[in-house]
Amino acid sequence: MSTIPLEHARDAEPWRLPSRGVMGMAGLITAESTIFTIFVTAYLYYMGRDVTGPTPREVLEIPLFGTICLLSSSGFIMLAERAIEHGKMMAFTLWWAVTMLLGAIFLADTANEWHKLIVHDHLTISTNLFGTCFYSLVGLHASHVIVGLIMMLVVLVLALGRKLHPAHAERVKVLAMYWHFVDAVWVVVFSVIYILGR
Amino acid sequence: MGTDTPGIPIAGGIEAGLDRTRPTSTRGTYLEVIHSWIVTVDHKKLGMLYIGYALVFLLVAGFEALMIRAQLFFPHNTFVGPASFNRLFTMHGTTMVFLVGMPILFGFGNYLVPLMVGARDMAFPRLNAFSFWISAFAGLLLYYSFIGGVGLAGTGSAPDVAWFAYAPLTERAFSPGHSTDYWAVAILASGIGSIGTSINIIATVFCMRCRGMTLSRIPLLPWLYATMSFLVLLAVSPLTAAQAMLLIDRYLGGHFFDTQAGGSAILWAHFFWIFGHPEVYVLVLPAFAFANEIIPVFSRKAIFGYPAMVAASVGIGFISLGVWAHHMFTIGMTSFGNAFFTLSTMLVSIPTGIKTFNWLATIWGGKVRFEVPMLFSIAFLFQWVIAGLTGIMLSISAWNWQLHNSYFVVAHFHYVLVGAIVFMIFAALYYWYPKMTGRMLDERLGKWHFWLMVIGFHLTFDFMHFPGLLGMPRQIYTYEPDRGWTLLNQIVSVGGFLQAIAVLIFVYNLVHSYFRGDEAGADPWDAWTLEWSIPSPPPAYNFATDPVVASRRPLWDLKHPEDPDSAFE
Repeated sequence: MSTIPLEHARDAEPWRLPSRGVMGMAGLITAESTIFTIFVTAYLYYMGRDVTGPTPREVLEIPLFGTICLLSSSGFIMLAERAIEHGKMMAFTLWWAVTMLLGAIFLADTANEWHKLIVHDHLTISTNLFGTCFYSLVGLHASHVIVGLIMMLVVLVLALGRKLHPAHAERVKVLAMYWHFVDAVWVVVFSVIYILGR
Repeated sequence: MGTDTPGIPIAGGIEAGLDRTRPTSTRGTYLEVIHSWIVTVDHKKLGMLYIGYALVFLLVAGFEALMIRAQLFFPHNTFVGPASFNRLFTMHGTTMVFLVGMPILFGFGNYLVPLMVGARDMAFPRLNAFSFWISAFAGLLLYYSFIGGVGLAGTGSAPDVAWFAYAPLTERAFSPGHSTDYWAVAILASGIGSIGTSINIIATVFCMRCRGMTLSRIPLLPWLYATMSFLVLLAVSPLTAAQAMLLIDRYLGGHFFDTQAGGSAILWAHFFWIFGHPEVYVLVLPAFAFANEIIPVFSRKAIFGYPAMVAASVGIGFISLGVWAHHMFTIGMTSFGNAFFTLSTMLVSIPTGIKTFNWLATIWGGKVRFEVPMLFSIAFLFQWVIAGLTGIMLSISAWNWQLHNSYFVVAHFHYVLVGAIVFMIFAALYYWYPKMTGRMLDERLGKWHFWLMVIGFHLTFDFMHFPGLLGMPRQIYTYEPDRGWTLLNQIVSVGGFLQAIAVLIFVYNLVHSYFRGDEAGADPWDAWTLEWSIPSPPPAYNFATDPVVASRRPLWDLKHPEDPDSAFE
């Protein structure tokens, strides 16, 4: 005897389960939030404990433009999500490209800031505790932005090649969850570094 | 044993849904077989890969433990030198936690969770394969340090900073060479694998359940694995972050844990134990999960207090996130901190107590079958209670100040890790080996394994408490003959070698029974969860047709249509 009979599916009863894509992304976001929490904790813990300069107040400028770009991209990706749900592929492609552009501007802004800090202010990751914590935390966030942009680029290429269909709306939604997370984390990172720490 | 389950009345209409397909036996060449295991995304094969990989490292880390015990057999022994001794206990601890405990439990999770929730695979099969292979890579990386760990300074050939690797010992200035880098990167990689598998388990339990399996009908094993996976997401991630910081310090000249530049050694301790304590529960929750499945089946009773068991497990998960600093009482905290972590640690005993009493209530009045899985489970119950009691003793900060970093602590956590977790892993292997291979493990060898293991365990870890109480610190490579620790250490070592013999008997049993064991049949234990409804070993697709359940014990309903559980829900 190799099997025991079971009762089998009756299609009449509805049986709904949560989406595994959403659940998986929620799990990833939980893990990533914890990683960010540890880096933020280190930043807060080491605030003002430097034995040598430069200090945040001397060198940091508030990256207002980049921040506005990144946070508003969350709104545009929502427009894109709504567009693909309604099957408007042209609108989707447009809003998706705008989201990516805003993300890229944010990255460029960060790159500029780092250039200034390294070349003019001589602050590197090994200069002092502030440098270590600052570059680690901002770098961790920026690397998440880069990963997000790469994944979004894949979707954009598929959309431009007409390989993306409204049936893929849920996968797009999962990727958008990640992007919202990256934006939300920036609110925390921004507050800690540029408001509390400065 | 191993017989059919006759007398199951088959109601009309079910006949059509029967899985009548014969398991295909297409054996390829050796190369094809190896290839199929490397490229597999099947949760069952990956589960067995995890388990096999962990068992290999169990032997390796066990051997390291025996070397430690041989060194401590006599005072002033010169079996291994102090430097080698440091490497041995570091590698023993790191291996047992990251390359044995986590992988073997994830292996069972991989194998059992989809079967128990009636799914055909995990939610993300390719992520599953990735997680396994990156964990396997971590193991190879850690052990490669024996060859590649020698740095420019010519010091060290394996990590020697203890498994908690306190800063600033791990900084470049104090740990030159690359052994510490291998340690950090290996744990980073295994952490990524653990997080991937945990995401997978959570998505499988909540999104892949078969028709009718509501949250209150999920068997306890998937429930506990989901809790454990959630803990992994919250607890392993801090370690991953801390390892990234350590690598920034070591490679980019950062100052996170560089005390000379204002960095903090205490912060590392916090980060490590924010991981380290929940990790104990990450390891013990699957052990509880096995007990939840095995004890009812061998007591011939449904589990007592299912909702309380779920609530207690989730409660343990939450409380365990707020107890980490009880590892740090001697580092020096405020009296508020001491009081908080003493109380929160004691709080853990409430949900664990609920679980213990529920297991006892399950056995109470049952028709207990004392087969090997049940023997290990009963030993687990006793040993878990003792481990919990010494845990409560150590949670009292004043007591902890006296015994911190002594052999009493070593005895306590080995009581948990071996007495509870390893014993339940053995129980689980005896219980599910028939499902995985289609063969029963030998009962007589199993009993030898059990009794040698119990005697060896108690010789080792009961007697290990005493040198701790007498003041013997952990991680010392030798001791003076006039301390009165000699005889106790010798008893501990003898017990260690007895356990080694027991494990070797078990390994022989695993191999021997694979070829010579009795045919298991689909349902050798007369059990109640879905994995026993399909052939042993299960076909690649698990269920030919999607199962439907109407209670927590679908097979009971099927075998006893006159008195089904579903009538009482």
